[in-house]
Amino acid sequence: MSVTAIAGATDAAAARSLPQRPAAPARSGRRHLLDFTDWQVDELVALLDTAEVMAQVLTRTIKKVPALQGFTVASLFFEDSTRTRLSFERAARAQSADVMTFSAGGSSLKKGESMRDTLRTLDQLQADLYVVRHPAAGAPHQLARWTDAAVVNAGDGRHAHPTQALLDAYTFRAARRDATGAALPGAEAFGGQRIAIVGDVAHSRVARSNVELFTSLGAEVVLCGPPTLVPREFLDRPGVHVTHRLEEAVEGAAAVMALRMQRERMAAGLLPSVTEYVTRYQVTSRVLRSAADGAVVMHPGPMNRDVEIESSLADGPASVIERQVANGVPVRMAVLYTLLVGRR
Amino acid sequence: MSRVALRGGRLVDGSGDMGVHDLYLKDGVIEGLDLGGSVDVEHDASGTLVTPAFLDLHAHLRDPGQEVKEDLASGLAAAAAGGYGTVVSMANTDPVVDDPGLVADLVARAARTSGARLRPAAALSRGLGGEELTDFAALKAAGAVMITDDGIPVADSHLMRRACEYAAELGLVIQTHSEDPALRAKGVMNEGAVSHRLGLPGNPVEAESLMLFRDGELARMTGARVHLAHVSSKRGIEVASWLKAGGAPITIEVTPHHLTLTDESLASFDPLYKVAPPLRSAADVAYLRDALHGGVIDSIGTDHAPHTLAEKERDMLEAPFGISTIEVTFALLYTELVAAGALPLARLLHLLQDGPAAVMGWAPPRLAVGAPADIVVLDLERVREVDAAHLTSKAKHTPWQGTPLRGWPVLTVVAGAAVFERR
Amino acid sequence: MNDDTTPPGTARHAYKSTLMTSEEMARALRRIAHEVIERNKGASDLALVGIHTRGVPLAEALAALIAEFEGVTPPVGKLDITLYRDDLTEIALQPVVKKTEVDFDVHGKRIVLVDDVLYTGRTARAALDALIDMGRPAVIQYAVMVDRGHRELPIRADYVGKNVPTSTSEVVHVRLASIDGDDQVDLWDEARP
Repeated sequence: MSVTAIAGATDAAAARSLPQRPAAPARSGRRHLLDFTDWQVDELVALLDTAEVMAQVLTRTIKKVPALQGFTVASLFFEDSTRTRLSFERAARAQSADVMTFSAGGSSLKKGESMRDTLRTLDQLQADLYVVRHPAAGAPHQLARWTDAAVVNAGDGRHAHPTQALLDAYTFRAARRDATGAALPGAEAFGGQRIAIVGDVAHSRVARSNVELFTSLGAEVVLCGPPTLVPREFLDRPGVHVTHRLEEAVEGAAAVMALRMQRERMAAGLLPSVTEYVTRYQVTSRVLRSAADGAVVMHPGPMNRDVEIESSLADGPASVIERQVANGVPVRMAVLYTLLVGRR
Repeated sequence: MSRVALRGGRLVDGSGDMGVHDLYLKDGVIEGLDLGGSVDVEHDASGTLVTPAFLDLHAHLRDPGQEVKEDLASGLAAAAAGGYGTVVSMANTDPVVDDPGLVADLVARAARTSGARLRPAAALSRGLGGEELTDFAALKAAGAVMITDDGIPVADSHLMRRACEYAAELGLVIQTHSEDPALRAKGVMNEGAVSHRLGLPGNPVEAESLMLFRDGELARMTGARVHLAHVSSKRGIEVASWLKAGGAPITIEVTPHHLTLTDESLASFDPLYKVAPPLRSAADVAYLRDALHGGVIDSIGTDHAPHTLAEKERDMLEAPFGISTIEVTFALLYTELVAAGALPLARLLHLLQDGPAAVMGWAPPRLAVGAPADIVVLDLERVREVDAAHLTSKAKHTPWQGTPLRGWPVLTVVAGAAVFERR
Repeated sequence: MNDDTTPPGTARHAYKSTLMTSEEMARALRRIAHEVIERNKGASDLALVGIHTRGVPLAEALAALIAEFEGVTPPVGKLDITLYRDDLTEIALQPVVKKTEVDFDVHGKRIVLVDDVLYTGRTARAALDALIDMGRPAVIQYAVMVDRGHRELPIRADYVGKNVPTSTSEVVHVRLASIDGDDQVDLWDEARP
């Protein structure tokens, strides 16, 4: 475009109006990210798009922006997880926020103590946002009722792990764009695509959040595992299917996600043995042959190599597992930014 | 002793509607209708329903040992505020009421406490350990009216059989908490579509139905009167009513929360809704409501289970089970069942009066000359929001906070004395 | 308009007058292009960075003119400063974060930041921070189509299309063909009922 081009003659002033700002979404109004209940497609897409911008920040010389300067982000990890906690703290610091950490090992978080009392003490430190991981489903929801700060769920029992699902969706969208060479803006990358989630679905907050998110974005999700770990009436909602046969689940899938098989499940009598599981449900390159062309292999980590996933497949060209880990930081940056900006 | 008049209320009891009369009470019993003469105390009951005070066979008063949650004084006062004249208290206290001395102590203290009458239950097994039977005869002599390990299922069927045999011989009612411990496992809510969605450990209806079957069979086998507490599911009612129809001497109780709340309530992740047995599906609630009509269900018990606010503000896995119900039970059921046209008032009153009396083998409460003056005056028009600030129980936080309910007790009289009056 | 700080719906604005016609804008750009070339002694090591949204087409137009005059096309980058703003609390809408695309190394370059309107100077300050976080330019200069006064920070433009004294109730709208369909600079004021 060149301003030197002569445009039409000046119109009458009355015919003109001030243009509205380009389609800015109404203020998020979202105080918390607890799970995806009631989140709309455009909000979810906005998080993914913002994560792309954040990813670009992380490629610069100075991998930092002042966007959250003066905000304090507190990690409340009632259940340990070094990886997730560090990912969130990186996401906070990359936007110049201050970080406080409270973890289960410390005396500040005692099991059985009234969570509300614990929160009252912490609220004196005036954090703007709490990142909460807790072994009991619903704990972040309870905390959100009792504080003025924002709450981000970093994993509550078996219920939800929304930022994991977001980074899975982000990784999937990028992989689809690579595979097709198409721009696939918004939620286009998800429409009509099949995602297979294989393993201990019943105990998995990652599975629940991925079901919520991917179906909201227009994908179809197939859940697969032994009947003791994937009840047939599980998550009965549009866009979700359950099968106990791996071949059926993977057929035509654009992504196959393997969930960690915890050995405690064997002890609890939910599975006969590792061998039994591997024979029927291990995700291998052979199994992947019936998936769609360019299908990707995912895993929320940490992996039990050669249990739920063939080790060579995890390291092979179809695997986006390492990208999932890397994408955690920009996705969490986008979440923190979206919830905090404009709060003060 | 004083002479009391309740003027102008509509008198109703299990024998029928007697019309509008002045009711006179003297020396703790009912003197008669429209007698006239001077009185020491009078109450204006115009526009209200005057009926025998309710009977609760199932309340946890937490005394001795857990007085931070509730004690005799607050519990019996809360019962009176709910329109109850008699409460059977559960034995899962600290120490457990498994000893005649503890029973006698409760009886003595209750005699000095204003509020509903106390009829204590005693534990079935020592310390609720499920291994050794307690001394039923001595407990009965000390004043226990019922034997129960409620709070905990009796896992050992052999022990339960022996308990039934002894209780049958002594004419004592055994109340059961029928849940199979292994199937129940660590479930905190009903197992079903909602628990799968929320990722909370589930407790399937089969944990209840299996154990109800066992308890009912043992009742049939031994002839013991077994009262099946808080039956919460369709399957549970089906099993229990089949056994009952087959001649088992069992009676069936349901609670106000299992008639009005579903497992969907847990989606808020609020432990106020965490209760055992758990809130069930909408289909179960509908079935229970239908079952109130026939003769299947014998009584409504509050299962009043107070806990401190701090305890109910723990997470969903750690918070204790139980809902504080006794003060709102009548208003809740009147509003949701009777006022909504789903249940006749007479049937509701039966389930709170004659029904529980029959379970215990007590005389049905009547507004008859010489009957104990245990009376509740109900304002069926009055609508009030449930408000923690106005509750008498120490456990003021209920799932119905802020809910407008209709049909409230305005006066409760026990042994001729007013034990509750609403301003 | 550049005035992202004006919360929408707080005042209704009506068109008041035209500050620059399409020809005047074209002439100003040509002049600025010449000034940039003169001040920087040519176009080597020169790079233009347009500030989203309206600085971008202006930067592209400027680059085309410099190419016409010097035979060298300076690279053009696009800068989104949302993550560097210091006035986010005054924005009623959730700011949409757009992509920054600066595909060249800023180190050692002579950068000209380009925007449509210079007002309080806060956008320029944010742009400076963003640019410096990307590397170490040799020199940063600043070009705007309109300087409307009311600086809140010690910022000045090196190249100005037109200086227009305004009052704070007024809005300066730089229309650009690729966004608005035509080229014109308009002044709007609060509508009096």
